[in-house]
Amino acid sequence: MAKTLNVLLAGFGGQGILFAGKTVAYAGLMDNKEISWLPSYGPEMRGGTCNCSVVISDEPIGSPLVTQPDVLFAMNLPSLDKFVNSVVPGGTILVDSSMIDKKVERTDVNVYYIDATRIADEQGLKGCAIIILIGKLFKEIGFCSKDALDAGIRKVIPAKKAAMLDLNLKALSIGMES
Amino acid sequence: MAEKVLMKGNEALAEAAIQCGCKHYFGYPITPQTEIAAYMSKRLPKEGGVFLQAESEVAAINMVLGATAAGVRSMTSSSSPGVSLKSEGVSYIAGSDLPALIINVQRGGPGLGGIQPSQSDYWQATKALGHGDFQLFVLAPSTIQEMVDFVPLAYEVGEKYRVPSMILSDGMLGQMMEPVEFPTKKDDAIAEKPWAANGHQNKREKNVINSLYIDPETLENLVKERYERYELIKENEQRAEEFMMEDAEYVVVAFGASSRVARSAIMQARAEGIKAGMIRPITLWPFPNKTIEKSIDSTKKYLCVEMNMGQMVDDVRLVVSGRKPVEFFGRTGGVIPTPAEVLGQIRALAGKEM
Amino acid sequence: MAVVFEKSKALTDVPFHYCPGCTHGIVHRLVAEVLEELGVTGQTVGVASVGCSVFSYNYFNCDMVQAAHGRAPAVATGLKRAIPENVVFTYQGDGDLAAIGMAETVHAATRGENITVIFINNAIYGMTGGQMAPTSLPGQITQTTPYGRDTDAAGHPIRVCEMLSTLSGTALAQRVTVDSVKNVNIAKKAIKKGFENQINKRGYSIIEVVSTCPTNWGLSPDEAMNWLRDNMLPYYPLGVYKDVTEGGNE
Repeated sequence: MAKTLNVLLAGFGGQGILFAGKTVAYAGLMDNKEISWLPSYGPEMRGGTCNCSVVISDEPIGSPLVTQPDVLFAMNLPSLDKFVNSVVPGGTILVDSSMIDKKVERTDVNVYYIDATRIADEQGLKGCAIIILIGKLFKEIGFCSKDALDAGIRKVIPAKKAAMLDLNLKALSIGMES
Repeated sequence: MAEKVLMKGNEALAEAAIQCGCKHYFGYPITPQTEIAAYMSKRLPKEGGVFLQAESEVAAINMVLGATAAGVRSMTSSSSPGVSLKSEGVSYIAGSDLPALIINVQRGGPGLGGIQPSQSDYWQATKALGHGDFQLFVLAPSTIQEMVDFVPLAYEVGEKYRVPSMILSDGMLGQMMEPVEFPTKKDDAIAEKPWAANGHQNKREKNVINSLYIDPETLENLVKERYERYELIKENEQRAEEFMMEDAEYVVVAFGASSRVARSAIMQARAEGIKAGMIRPITLWPFPNKTIEKSIDSTKKYLCVEMNMGQMVDDVRLVVSGRKPVEFFGRTGGVIPTPAEVLGQIRALAGKEM
Repeated sequence: MAVVFEKSKALTDVPFHYCPGCTHGIVHRLVAEVLEELGVTGQTVGVASVGCSVFSYNYFNCDMVQAAHGRAPAVATGLKRAIPENVVFTYQGDGDLAAIGMAETVHAATRGENITVIFINNAIYGMTGGQMAPTSLPGQITQTTPYGRDTDAAGHPIRVCEMLSTLSGTALAQRVTVDSVKNVNIAKKAIKKGFENQINKRGYSIIEVVSTCPTNWGLSPDEAMNWLRDNMLPYYPLGVYKDVTEGGNE
């Protein structure tokens, strides 16, 4: 794994983009890495485009704004179109193929298509599609330790929403097996 | 050591203020600082404190004036357009020799501008946040940890010299999360305030908190006395970080959010064999002249990187005084420069020399 | 020799700078006497506003804070929230309270900010030399309404007590004047009630004192008092507009 991993998560507001970014960030933190999390902010709340930059690094983080991602989570077509060419060669793109019909034309990146939103809906994991993609990312590049990922997601879900934990853990494991 | 938690800059700063004994917050909603107000509204009532959403920024800063006149630690926060509204109260606070903590989470301007991060209030914060001869103690954090650590510093320096303090942050630092840890509480850090207007209880002379002096010479003498304190601050309170400066020939000067971008670029430049380094002003006023001064002999060229059209670069040029070239690169309007852009500038700087 | 009259100990020995016939002096004395009678001088913080009364910080023998123009209610809010067991009052003129500081005034009142406001309404800007105030009467000649206040162009005077009486946070809104011994006594009782309301945590109390400005009205002290009775009082009727205390109108 590179010394610094730049992750960009992008989709519609309401798809859990910021939450998923926190999950990735906390997983890095549990591994004692330097991390940063930077949301897009503004009038574009639910339904609008939304993205989140996460950096996990062995050294202090300079710019927290990810402009050349090593990993792109694309949760809708506008996000894929906008960011596909910014991914570094050899980088990873996770595509929610329930939301995006299109295939990535680039051949210098690793692309994983997961029918995440459909699977999530079928499994009673509404809203957890992007967590499935996090599970897939873990399986493919092991961006953190398994313990850190489990601990991270426990950190992100507040105690009063404990019921959400099982759903998210299940989504992670679906992603890891897909 | 306390556990590291992930927090947004705005929330971390608010928590730090509460832990410093700030129990009185007065503010008004404006993006991208509103999390400070929201956090205070949640936490302060549980701390026996006061959160008050004022009718305006103008009212909020004057409520801070009242609370600080009474001797308590209080605070207000806003973003650029709101800080302009506060300038009246800031001038009165300075003219009344009161400490106070003002937060500016900067966004693009002028006018309503935009809501994305910016550093275009540098001049306002360091030169003229209101009418009259006065200065604020201005700190520029570049990490969420510094958003926390600078709060007690801002209070302590402000109270020591009886000057208002500002933490000049921006939308990026306000909105982003990083791991942060809070220092162990120090309850004894708050200085005595014998000047406070909190009722003389018939035990002392009455205290008057005032900025009006009709007699010109009286006012002049008072302002001069204040400037003697400013000289002490300049002498004692300059702060800057030096990054890879041991053998640096090309020196980037950047503060706050843009210093983070510059840091990434400098590391890449070093990987390419360019001897780049950075001076990061932590105090914007007093400007860290001493750190710049001692770098002049060994530096070939300076590059100021700012998220504005070139404001701090004036202060760098004042210190360098033509002895070395000082160039500028900036993005404004809410655009965050990329490390690649800054690296390009550093290469050009070095390339001219090769 | 028997002492038959003493200056209130809540006033300093600094001589007032107010013009002959100006009613600030009377109102200062009433406020000071009330503070002394209630035994709260030592725990009181007054807020001086911009206008002729800005120098009141020299006259009241309690801690004082001088506020920016119009901001006295905000400064008083900050003080009162920081030291809620102390007594906090503002002393404001009509330009300060009802023009530049109207937002602060209305919001302090609607929050029920537990402060006492002494409002001097003399229908003119005194300190800057006699310009139109928000309370200047229709047709009133001032430096900035040299042909008389034309309500088509300059709008209408504001009746502050009436307006603030509509707000839930207001505990007392009473208009008084000090043109006679009888009215001075009524004014003092109102001011005392305003401070008692604060001590009893009842909320925002405003005592509007219809006042004179002989200098800027261009009248002798005696003529000014008659002008007040003939012109001011018909537009600004004396009385209690809101009173939440027992026996009050709420």
